[in-house]
Amino acid sequence: MNTRIVEIRKGILKKNDLLAAELRVRFQQAELFAVNFVSSPGSGKTTFLQRTLEALKQRGLRPATLVGDLETDNDARRLAESGTPVRQITTHGICHLEAEMIGTHLEGWDLAGFDYFFIENVGNLVCPSSYDLGEDMRVAMLSVTEGEDKPLKYPKMFHSADVAVITKMDLAAACEFDLALTRANLRELRPEIRIFEVSAKTGLGMEEWFAFLEEARGEALRALTTN
Amino acid sequence: MPLRVAMHELSIIQEVVAAAVEAAEQNEATRVECVTLRVGALAGVVKEALLFCFDVASKDTLIEGARLEIIELPVRIHCPLCGEDSDLPGIQSFRCPACGEAGGKILQGRELELSSMELETA
Repeated sequence: MNTRIVEIRKGILKKNDLLAAELRVRFQQAELFAVNFVSSPGSGKTTFLQRTLEALKQRGLRPATLVGDLETDNDARRLAESGTPVRQITTHGICHLEAEMIGTHLEGWDLAGFDYFFIENVGNLVCPSSYDLGEDMRVAMLSVTEGEDKPLKYPKMFHSADVAVITKMDLAAACEFDLALTRANLRELRPEIRIFEVSAKTGLGMEEWFAFLEEARGEALRALTTN
Repeated sequence: MPLRVAMHELSIIQEVVAAAVEAAEQNEATRVECVTLRVGALAGVVKEALLFCFDVASKDTLIEGARLEIIELPVRIHCPLCGEDSDLPGIQSFRCPACGEAGGKILQGRELELSSMELETA
């Protein structure tokens, strides 16, 4: 009998990553720009998305949205008021969305009929960071009421985000919010992160965000055709 | 531990077990003493949850009874400014520890790899 140590060095593929890669291909084929919104509960994702859906619709663009929620369909109903297609994923206690859930909830939707696909993740800054949903862009949101060190407390999430949106800027003065410090903390984790400061309530910074969304989709489509 | 967290790691550990069983068969092992994984700080898996799932997932396979060892890898970046490759002490900052420049290239930290196995052959 011999005992020996054998080098293997084999990468382990995660099931979610495989499913996310399949979703990414579907989105690209449909020329759909997919955005995954992540944040803490109560940071203002739904209001921000409401304004975004209305603005895109006004511009003649066609967004569709999947909303993850632990128990209710309140957010989905609010978003559906925009008159754009919205579907609900009720996770019943699961704290994040997975690629498999996205795939299941796309059934019956003609993706080619949409320009944007928004995913409102479950309010949670921990678990969703580990689940690729096939998105083109991950947007992490934090409100001025949450404190400047939020990015440092949830480094994996903010490191994985392409864009950070600081919400409720109309409350910044009342909260003595330090914008410069928040920006610096975000850049520690992701130096190239794009940062928006908005108030969905007053409209502050929203035009810039809408323009960026259009640019980002244009860039993604151009990258597809040149590859 | 929340069940769902364990579920995420359980599906990963099933992949690990399948890969380890395949390697054990290729090497004509009669028993497997130890399975070693390399897991990066940005791999998105929880070490404790992997350890928790391993015994269950390896039951009734060729690697049943094996020990799981997990080597945790820090994030390593290459700094475009000073040229240094450095391991980061944590994931609180992605600046170059040598010169403070931001925007380094990540060289290591996303690994999830079946690294080696200690096995017995007849």
